[in-house]
Amino acid sequence: MTTTTSTPVRENAARDTWNVLTRELKAVVRDPFTLIFSLLQPLVFLGLFAPLLIGQSGAPAGETLQWFVPGVLVMIVLFGTGAVGSNLQYEMMTGSHERTLVAPLARSSLLVGRALKEVAPIMVQGLIIVLIAWPFGFTIQVGGLVIGLLLLAVFGVGLGSLSYSLALATKDREWLFWGVQQTLIFPLLILSGMLLPLDAGPAWMRAVATVNPINWVVQAERVLFAGDIGSPVVLWGWVAALALAAVGLTVGIRSMRRSS
Amino acid sequence: MTNQPIIEAQGLTKRFTVKKKTVEAVTDLTFTVTRGELVAFLGPNGAGKSTSLRMLTTLLPPTAGTARVVGHDILRSPAAVRARIGYVGQLTSGSFSQRVRDELLSQGAFYGMPAPDARTRADELIASLDLASFATRTVQQLSGGQKRRLDIALGLMHAPPLLFLDEPSTGLDPQSRANLWEHILRLRAEHGTTVFLTTHYLEEADRYAERVMVMDRGRVIADDTATRLKAELAGDVVTLGFGSDGDAERAVDIVRRLAQRDVAREGASVTLTAPDGDRLLPAAVRALDAEGLRVERATGVPPTLDDVFLALTGRTLREAGEGAPGEEETDAAASTASDEPAASAHQTGAIR
Repeated sequence: MTTTTSTPVRENAARDTWNVLTRELKAVVRDPFTLIFSLLQPLVFLGLFAPLLIGQSGAPAGETLQWFVPGVLVMIVLFGTGAVGSNLQYEMMTGSHERTLVAPLARSSLLVGRALKEVAPIMVQGLIIVLIAWPFGFTIQVGGLVIGLLLLAVFGVGLGSLSYSLALATKDREWLFWGVQQTLIFPLLILSGMLLPLDAGPAWMRAVATVNPINWVVQAERVLFAGDIGSPVVLWGWVAALALAAVGLTVGIRSMRRSS
Repeated sequence: MTNQPIIEAQGLTKRFTVKKKTVEAVTDLTFTVTRGELVAFLGPNGAGKSTSLRMLTTLLPPTAGTARVVGHDILRSPAAVRARIGYVGQLTSGSFSQRVRDELLSQGAFYGMPAPDARTRADELIASLDLASFATRTVQQLSGGQKRRLDIALGLMHAPPLLFLDEPSTGLDPQSRANLWEHILRLRAEHGTTVFLTTHYLEEADRYAERVMVMDRGRVIADDTATRLKAELAGDVVTLGFGSDGDAERAVDIVRRLAQRDVAREGASVTLTAPDGDRLLPAAVRALDAEGLRVERATGVPPTLDDVFLALTGRTLREAGEGAPGEEETDAAASTASDEPAASAHQTGAIR
């Protein structure tokens, strides 16, 4: 047996974050099927909603997909990353969260490591969706794709942090987590112009949509996938995503510090 | 290295506010544990055991008081405390979606172990805690006993000088419980680890702990070795049976004078409680023989820690657990597994 003379470790936010991140990624790598499974919902929208949209608009399939697919990418984050708090809540109920709280880890790392892990599924799932849409007339510009996925990742880190914060705030009350999550997700979805353009909606809806950061991200993604990287819409998308990430991480780290 | 304090608790107190009512879960907890000790907190559910442990392990800030754990203050330097202790909580330490070996390696990284050391250590623990056959399975797929062994392995991964165990054997069958203890005792013998645990199984505290702190309603009400607690606070129950009620009636006076204790008669039997029943029994039989009274049956039942708890509180551990006030907050998980029949533990104690 090894001896007990190792020096006790000191907390180090960067190293601890890396360790939390790699632990989270281990579960994904060991069971990658979970990534595919959580793609089912966006695929349903792509397979069953996009044809209706194409029929309705009368435009060629490629043109409609060019408008719709960037929204589906944001939807992956909204439905997938927006729900990751439930994983943490499960770990709080089963006990492993408590174990990590007793470990000498910077409290911030327990939140940031988890939030950063979300980048991996977002990248993989985003690429899969784009590749599926490609043969149906969706065009891909490499520059727009790369920047678009990065923007999506930043947005995901923010939304994931908020989802984790919600989980920490609704400790031991799973129904409350899902209640709040489901109540928020559909208004956010519709008011982002993800499924249908908001141009035809009433003025009040358009007004509310202007303060929905997800709307800004969706618009930026559309412009990026159209290849217009330099557009000011892209800039506003980044502002919205970065602001969300900053708020999410701040709120999340604060909740994690209070967790017991 | 011995006699050096590893835990020094000073007036630790925790109050919760539940539905606008203040519940004092732990009151003025003051004690010292020295290096190498094996200490058990024994008490009914809701006695404040887990809350005490959660304060000592930095999970809960105390309302008043403080403690030094492995040389560091739990309030001023919680991070330093965390780096020096191992903790096995009431629930499952491993994440359900992770594989057994992966969790051990992650735990090693959390405690700053270099990857090769962590791998060596993980494999040692996998071997010594019989985890090999399911090391690549996810925690979700393990049985209760297997999960508990992984919890212990995770707590020992960084070879801490002090290990806290909160209700380590709750929910395990007697076989798994015995196995678990075998592991804890062996690892302790090999590393000299200080072990501090909570339990509501009296038999467990009696058999394994070198020092028992009896806790009730947030306070430590007794603190000694199990043997001394039993000798001083309870006593053996000695019963003598005779051929007739009349013989028993005559025996009452003789036994009372010999034992200097109250003696009760029930039919043709007399019963008394005495600290040294094993010496009293043959002496009583000889004295009664000399008076021409023939003892036909004789039993001496040694006390259990339940008798100690009864002597201290006027309630049995089981009764106390059922009517436990407060601490729903932290002991909720334990209370679901509280239906261990106290009677069977009592029996086991008697047989030994």
